[in-house]
Amino acid sequence: MEKQSATALSVKNLTVTLGNEKVLDNLSFEVATGESLAIIGPNGAGKTMLFRALIGVLSYKGKISWAPKTTIGYVPQKLDIERNLPLSLLDLLTSKNNHRHSITASLKLVRLKENLLNRPIGALSGGQFQKALIAFALLQDPRVLLFDEPTAGVDTPGEEHIYETIHRLQEEKGFTILLISHDLSLVYRYADKVLCLNRENLCFGEPEVIMAPEILGKLYGEERSFYKHHRHDIFPPIK
Amino acid sequence: MAVASGLVSAFALMRKMTLASDVMSHIALPGLGLALLYGFNPILGGATTLILGVLLIWKIEAVSGINTDAVIGVIFAVSLAIGTLITPQEDIIEALFGGMSTISLWEFIIGVIASCLVIAFILKKRRALTLALVSKDLAKTTGINTERLNLYFLLIFAITIVLGLRYLGVLLMGSLIIIPPAIARNLAEDLNGMLLLSALAAVAAMAIGLFLAANYSLALGPVVIGVAGVIFLAALFFQKNNI
Repeated sequence: MEKQSATALSVKNLTVTLGNEKVLDNLSFEVATGESLAIIGPNGAGKTMLFRALIGVLSYKGKISWAPKTTIGYVPQKLDIERNLPLSLLDLLTSKNNHRHSITASLKLVRLKENLLNRPIGALSGGQFQKALIAFALLQDPRVLLFDEPTAGVDTPGEEHIYETIHRLQEEKGFTILLISHDLSLVYRYADKVLCLNRENLCFGEPEVIMAPEILGKLYGEERSFYKHHRHDIFPPIK
Repeated sequence: MAVASGLVSAFALMRKMTLASDVMSHIALPGLGLALLYGFNPILGGATTLILGVLLIWKIEAVSGINTDAVIGVIFAVSLAIGTLITPQEDIIEALFGGMSTISLWEFIIGVIASCLVIAFILKKRRALTLALVSKDLAKTTGINTERLNLYFLLIFAITIVLGLRYLGVLLMGSLIIIPPAIARNLAEDLNGMLLLSALAAVAAMAIGLFLAANYSLALGPVVIGVAGVIFLAALFFQKNNI
């Protein structure tokens, strides 16, 4: 629907090699400004590696071009920290941006209450912590948001809630959104485009086209060795 | 000195590198030994090998995916062995457990300046350090050079160890790095609390230790660590309720 709008991100022939293994092979796709792209694929398909290449922390071959002056907010899948560290939510947020009004603003965007600020991050619920990470990504006024499995570790009602938050952000603020997800029914509902990934680009297009059973069957594969599902990988009924 | 050590070690604990840091202090031993053997300032000798050791560890960490623990372990064991071999027998106990009590005026001045430097670094960089420990990827997206920050941190860390060597010795300085942040971690709810309590605990252990050592003619190093241990046990009773 935003065919005429400017390109936010263009990826050409992206190849990422870790050790001797190609985790991404010759991947190309484009994302228009204001569009939401969902990235789906089995575990080990290189989805997180794609994000890490996009934010520039992984070396790669090929070309990644963001629109000029793009600022990126990144919401990682999980943080490798002990939850009982003596860090409050405020400490987490100020570590990126020390202006109280920006912090207040981004908390408001994800609808987290300000009285949580002094709470240790270990005392936040899974959903609150996930929203805190989104608020963190929203600091410094990004134009593009990357979400890596934003609902991992969140219970089912919380999951809906996170997706609604993301969707609302896109509608209200016009963010360009890239989202890795296992939850195909939600992807179907919220994404403008879908990229299915299994080390190489298997398909790219609108959800209605991509999420046909035969394409999904090819993507998730019959006997892939890394075919290790958690509960969301079971294909939801597609209507 | 105690404030500096308390602050640095608070971050070291949160970065899960306290044991590595304990080990790091041992790298000073060969330097101390060489200095004692050839009659130049032992602190200078200790600082030299320590900084070389830090650079080595940082380089290995940055370049290879080798488990840092194992690398540090090897460097530590070799340092201790070489250090023990070359340190003159009559000085080995002092080098390990501290107690070199004579201190010149310029050593004092340099010590104070270095302590201030360490404190200033930690306070100024505390946000970047927090971000880097929360997630290196996130830190990088906000434009922090995490490798360089890591190097600075290790160097500041080495300086802190050097500061304490004279009083506490190679073995006990390692303990002063571990105990105060462990106390603070059990009590603190946020970063400022953690830094403040860790510094306070280090100062308290040092001050009470100095007092006891002077009045009962005890060896300073062991007394300081003993006091720190008692504070740690006492703090367990006031522990925050972890979730």
